[in-house]
Amino acid sequence: MTASMQSSVGNPGAEKRGMNLTLRIWRQQGPTAKGKMVTYKITDISPDMSFLEMLDVLNEQLILQGDDPVAFDHDCREGICGMCGVMINGQAHGPQQTTTCQLHMRSFADGDTIDVEPWRATAFPVIKDLAVDRRAFDRIIQAGGYISVPTGTAPDAHATPVPKADSDAAFDAATCIGCGACVAACPNASSMLFTAAKVTHLGLFPQGQPERNDRVVNMVAQQDREGFGGCTNIGECSAACPKGISMETISRLNHDLLGALRAGARPKS
Amino acid sequence: MSRVTPCWLGGNAGVVLPWRIVVTVTHAQRRTPKVAKTNSVFKKAVMAVSGIILVLYLIAHMIGNLKAFSGAESFNSYSGWIRTVGNPALPGATALWIIRIVLLVAVVAHIWAAVSLWRQAKRARPQGYVTKKAVAQSYASRTMRWGGVIILAFIVFHILDLTLGTVNAEGFDSEPFDRMLASFQNPVVTIFYAIAVILLGMHLRHGIWSATQTLGQSNRRREKTVSAFAVVLATVLTIGFLLTPFAILFGLID
Repeated sequence: MTASMQSSVGNPGAEKRGMNLTLRIWRQQGPTAKGKMVTYKITDISPDMSFLEMLDVLNEQLILQGDDPVAFDHDCREGICGMCGVMINGQAHGPQQTTTCQLHMRSFADGDTIDVEPWRATAFPVIKDLAVDRRAFDRIIQAGGYISVPTGTAPDAHATPVPKADSDAAFDAATCIGCGACVAACPNASSMLFTAAKVTHLGLFPQGQPERNDRVVNMVAQQDREGFGGCTNIGECSAACPKGISMETISRLNHDLLGALRAGARPKS
Repeated sequence: MSRVTPCWLGGNAGVVLPWRIVVTVTHAQRRTPKVAKTNSVFKKAVMAVSGIILVLYLIAHMIGNLKAFSGAESFNSYSGWIRTVGNPALPGATALWIIRIVLLVAVVAHIWAAVSLWRQAKRARPQGYVTKKAVAQSYASRTMRWGGVIILAFIVFHILDLTLGTVNAEGFDSEPFDRMLASFQNPVVTIFYAIAVILLGMHLRHGIWSATQTLGQSNRRREKTVSAFAVVLATVLTIGFLLTPFAILFGLID
């Protein structure tokens, strides 16, 4: 901490204590362009920087050199929006179970080589460099990730009682931020954990019951349609999820889906 | 996704249409793959149910194999009993053929679901990562597909060897016990058998857990129990199947 503060106030005699890193970043001009890994050297990175701040520093240097900055998605930078996912050294969001913006450079060692790649899935086509199009998730939500309620004045509190255990489990599932790390980490590029989180979240509440069967059937049909892979219960998704959504949600989705199919629910074509 | 009204104007330059054609262009880059005809979760359920049928068969098969320890007569008479069970209500080997047909259907369904999901997974990520680190996957879960292919190859050999006797030194007209001895006294056959059975054990370790998940019977409380059950059943079956061939190889059964 002291060292980085000294270097930031520009003490000329002070020994540089920042990290020197080699970055290998996927560069791709556009959706149809052929991409490749490009190597960059970056020096004097503070261990207290977030991974995105480190990329900001790199981009400033690239702009000064007249190069094209690396495109990457980001928004809130506080771990709740789900925009900033990239593959870091082969792990979704890097070595910590958190979002890329909440990953700090102290998770790496001085002299490390870090590979940075975009999410890889047919359903998440690369827009440019590290930015991918995750609208497939929006379409899965549109297919059934909602409840229909009359609008108007707010309902009375506790008008609809919800058991505490259900409420807790639903909230755990509702922490999903739709970042896509589950798809990125899955060997099958399956979006099962994402869809399962939504199905669990809504299916545990009384308000979610009227559309419960149609919801699961349509959301699963949509995820197949988007070109995601099938789930083989390997568990890479849950291990990569910055919100720690559990594999239990997938079992719940399967349970709901098989029940819905038995009850005659069929996906809208 | 917006609706696309195709514009034929370019192709039929001479035709003047009395109404305006509105062209909405969808995102040119979105490659929407072939709409999955069958639901991927349904396929998984087919895989799980057929897998359960095959596991039940494996338990019975293992118990049958262990009859080898009570001698040639016991083993051969058990083998004969399977062919006459249900007689005289069921004529001939009806019961055996019912079992065989159920198994065949289960195997075909299991492979159909596996191949179809394997292809779906390939389509879902045509371009892989330069660097990819496995965090949670077990060796068992990673070898499900190729392990399954090897197990299938083994089953084909196994039937040719011990059921049909086609590739067995004793031939078809021999007693089952003699065919078994002829096979497992050969170390090469025993080693192939051992590899296949160990792969099968791993296949079951992940398969039992995965089937429980797929059929929606797992939850946070049960997760540990399900995993432990999968490990125990897979281990018992692996050891149970390995006992007989190695006992024969080392001359404990002859």
